Amino acid sequence: MATVEMPGSKVGQWVRDDQQAGTFKVNREAFTSPEVLALEKERIFDRSWLYLGHGSELKNPNDFLTRYVGGRELIFNRSRKGEYQAFLNVCPHRGAQVVREPTGNAISFKCFYHGWAFNNNGKFATKSRPGTYPDDFDCNGAVDLARVPRLESYRDFFFISYDADIGPLAEYLAGAAEILDLVADHSPNGMEIVGGTQEYSIKANWKLLVENSNDGFHASETHETYFGYLMDELGGPDAVDLKSLDQINRARDLGNGHAVVETKAPWGRPIARPLQTWGEQAKTDAESMIAELNERVGPERALLISDRDRNMGVFPNLVMNDIMAITVRTFYPDAPDRMTVRSWALAPVGEEPEARHRRLNNFLEFLGPGGFATPDDVEALESAQRGYGAVKFAPWNDISRGMHRDPPRGDDEAQMRAFWREWNRRMEAE
Amino acid sequence: MTAQDLTLARSAVQPRSRADYEDFLYREAALLDQWRLDEWYELFTPDSVYEIPTVGGGLEAQPNNSLFYIADDYRRLHHRVTRLKKPTAHAEFPHSTTVHNVNNVRIEGADEDGVRVVCCFTTYRSKHHNTDTYIGHIYYTLAEVDGEIRIRSKRIVLGMNSLQPHGKISIIL
Repeated sequence: MATVEMPGSKVGQWVRDDQQAGTFKVNREAFTSPEVLALEKERIFDRSWLYLGHGSELKNPNDFLTRYVGGRELIFNRSRKGEYQAFLNVCPHRGAQVVREPTGNAISFKCFYHGWAFNNNGKFATKSRPGTYPDDFDCNGAVDLARVPRLESYRDFFFISYDADIGPLAEYLAGAAEILDLVADHSPNGMEIVGGTQEYSIKANWKLLVENSNDGFHASETHETYFGYLMDELGGPDAVDLKSLDQINRARDLGNGHAVVETKAPWGRPIARPLQTWGEQAKTDAESMIAELNERVGPERALLISDRDRNMGVFPNLVMNDIMAITVRTFYPDAPDRMTVRSWALAPVGEEPEARHRRLNNFLEFLGPGGFATPDDVEALESAQRGYGAVKFAPWNDISRGMHRDPPRGDDEAQMRAFWREWNRRMEAE
Repeated sequence: MTAQDLTLARSAVQPRSRADYEDFLYREAALLDQWRLDEWYELFTPDSVYEIPTVGGGLEAQPNNSLFYIADDYRRLHHRVTRLKKPTAHAEFPHSTTVHNVNNVRIEGADEDGVRVVCCFTTYRSKHHNTDTYIGHIYYTLAEVDGEIRIRSKRIVLGMNSLQPHGKISIIL
């Protein structure tokens, strides 16, 4: 049988990628070891583009927000001129956090500890009595707020990197950029983050959530109760189109460790795939949305936007799920067996109130810590993490599913292999 | 006349004694601790809502324009109950052990929808040798239906910064 994935087999300390045999194994130590986590911070998190936030979160000049990204507290803000900026939220004086509110609007920041102050472009602006500091004290930037080494955006999605020498974001995103385009093209008016952040932690290694977020295989088992609910809502099993889910179902390696699965799922989509139960207005709204999409992006892309469901992982820790609603999710490890997660809902700017309500309803049915599905994912991840306690005697995870299938399906595990190959490449310092 | 007096004057539901509401809330808590979810669901009126905004949302946030953790109407609440009774609701199989504490009960006012009752809560959930604590305030609108107290709305305003380390709200708070 033809080998359809990347050529060549690789046997590393943690990843055994055997193309010939069609097997792919990951050592569970990769999920439990503090040494692995330390190496991940150095070789992955400090050398990638990491999701920071969406442009819509800072609507006006001087708006700011604080956010924990890649293990550091940051200030994401806009200058008086409206430019987007990212700083380490650390006072250059003695290290206290300069901004302590989650969001706001400010032309300057002042540290509460000793009162060092900064313009909102990070420039040192502390008034001291003459003679307190040398005249050239603030001339070389050493007492300015430190900027995050790199900040770039793609279609209003802002990313930072702690690696000053990293290549451009668009290059790094590779094929993921096309999927972000599909998300950004939902609306002619742009997209925005809806107010409210879901913030939670999971007692599991962060890579378990990477795997879970675009794992098409687990859905029917883990989320039996969600699909049961959906069937009831739709009017019984006969009313549910599971055939399309089976027929339209593929996984794509997007390069650089990014991957997406694309299906046509039975749930409704707030963008132009209404359920019967949403009523006549939703149907009419959908028709006009499709007409608008056809006009603006052409029928081929309109179909991809309105009638396909995508779960994408952007290496290492961004998930963009464009499913029954759009969720933007990012996470970071606090320890080998613990991560913090932040999720947002993304929606078209200027969406009709009724449509916005349907979208958020749809979001909550499946997604998030109170939804009908995510709690069971959390349970599964924590259960696996407990299982890894037996790593010494049961060392290997298997993610071989569909390794010889061409093209791979969304309920295969090719998308995870894409992640792990990039992870392995970096961790083995190839 | 205060605003509260004014709302009381308008065909408002006449509040009962605080002890009556306390008894009701204690009974609700007991049903939840005993996982008698069908009986718990019967405490709600058909036009009821059960809501948990994300942190910072408080009383102002509305589920039609901001992201919540939970925003159930009566119908979806029924699905929530149905789901939690299934062994395939994996996060709650086997069921966790919970202790729902209710205190600082206050009657805040009344209007035609019912009596506004606010309380503090502390709910412990124990599973896998781990106990998570949920704290905050609950804002109820309690109606009178055939001489019984019924819940027209229950909004839980979490007192935690985030769901750490809980990771989920898989039980009913």
